[in-house]
Amino acid sequence: MSEVVKKFLYVNRKAPYGTIYAQEALEVVLIGAAFDQDVSLAFLDDGVFQLTKGQDTRAAGLKNFSPTFRALGDYEVTKLYVEQESLDERGLTLDDLQDIQYEDEDDDYEEKPSIIVVSRAEMANVMADQDVVLSF
Amino acid sequence: MATLHTVNKSPFQNQTLISCLGHVKAGDSVLMIEDGVYGAMSGSALSEVVAGMGANIKLFVLTADIAARGIDAGRVAEGVTPVDYEEFVDMAASHDRVQNWL
Amino acid sequence: MKFGIVVSEGPYTHQASDSAYSFVKAALAKGHEVSRVFFYHDGVNVGTRLSVPPQDDRQIQAQWTALGKEHGLDLVICIAAAQRRGLLDQNEADRQGKDANNIAEGFRISGLGQLIEMGIQADRTITFGD
Repeated sequence: MSEVVKKFLYVNRKAPYGTIYAQEALEVVLIGAAFDQDVSLAFLDDGVFQLTKGQDTRAAGLKNFSPTFRALGDYEVTKLYVEQESLDERGLTLDDLQDIQYEDEDDDYEEKPSIIVVSRAEMANVMADQDVVLSF
Repeated sequence: MATLHTVNKSPFQNQTLISCLGHVKAGDSVLMIEDGVYGAMSGSALSEVVAGMGANIKLFVLTADIAARGIDAGRVAEGVTPVDYEEFVDMAASHDRVQNWL
Repeated sequence: MKFGIVVSEGPYTHQASDSAYSFVKAALAKGHEVSRVFFYHDGVNVGTRLSVPPQDDRQIQAQWTALGKEHGLDLVICIAAAQRRGLLDQNEADRQGKDANNIAEGFRISGLGQLIEMGIQADRTITFGD
C-alpha cells in the first residue's frame, strides 16, 4: 500500500478491561498490519497485564480480546517487547503470559516466540529507534 | 536522534512521569503539559527525584498550563525551562520523534 | 514540517482536545502543515454537532469546525470508535438503520487506516490523550 516503510511502535502501559485503551490499541495494530510497516508493540508498566493467560471475562460481562494477541503473527506483527522490570514489579514472570508465536517464513515456517523480554534500558533503546510512536 | 517526550499526568497521581524519565536517552527532552506541570514544581516530595532522573536530559514545562493552575513562576524548579506553545511546536520539529506519555 | 495529530479523549472531560487545538493553531501560525487530525477513543465525541456547551466557556466542537474550515484541515473521526460511541454521519445512519446522524460540519468519518496513513505521511505524529 505504501513505498515508505517506517518503524511504528505501539506503546501499551495500561491494564486491560478497566479502560478501553488496550482493546482499541489492538484494533489499530490489526488495521495497521495492512500497511506493511515495520511494527513493534511495547508492553511496560501496567501494559504487561494485557498479555496474561487465563483471562475469563464472562462474569464481568466484557469482551475477552486476549485471543487476538495470538493472532498477531498471522498479521506479520511479530515483535512484542515486554519490559522485565515491569513484570518484576508486578510479581509476574514470562510463565504468566500467553504463549504468543509466529511462523518465520524465512526459516522454514519454524514457530518462534513473538514476546521479547527486554530490560528497561533496552526498552528505551527500542523506543529511541522508532519513526512513529503511538501511545494509548 | 533525540526524542521529545510529553507527560500530562501529575507525578502524585501516578507513575507516568517517573516511567517516562526511566526511559529517556541522553539528549532527549521532556515537556510537562496539562496536569503534568505539577512535576515541575520545586519543594515537593518528588522535586529531587525528577531533577535526579532528568540529569542527562532537558526538562521543560508549558507556561499556559502552569498559569492555568496558579503555579507561580517562582515555584518552577530550577532545572526546568518554561516554554509556550510556539516553542512546543519548535521542539516537536527539532526532535526526531515525539513520544506522548499518557 | 508536516504534523499528524491524534486526539484520543473527548471534549471537556479531558484537556486533550484543548491542548491539541492550541498546538495545531501554533503550528499553523508558524507556517507548518497539519496533514490530519485523527480522533480516536472518546476523541470521536469532539465531533458531535449536538453539543450545547455553556456560553461562558470555550465551544470545543465549534472551534475545531472553524479552524478546520479556515485552514482546510482534514478532521477525521474513526469509524470503529464512532460506532461504539454513537457518532454517525448520514451515510452511517442510513447503513445502520438509525434515525439520526450527529457529525458536526467539517469532520468526516473514516477508517483506522487513515491513522496509519497519517503516521506514514507526516514528519511528526503527536498524540493528545489521557
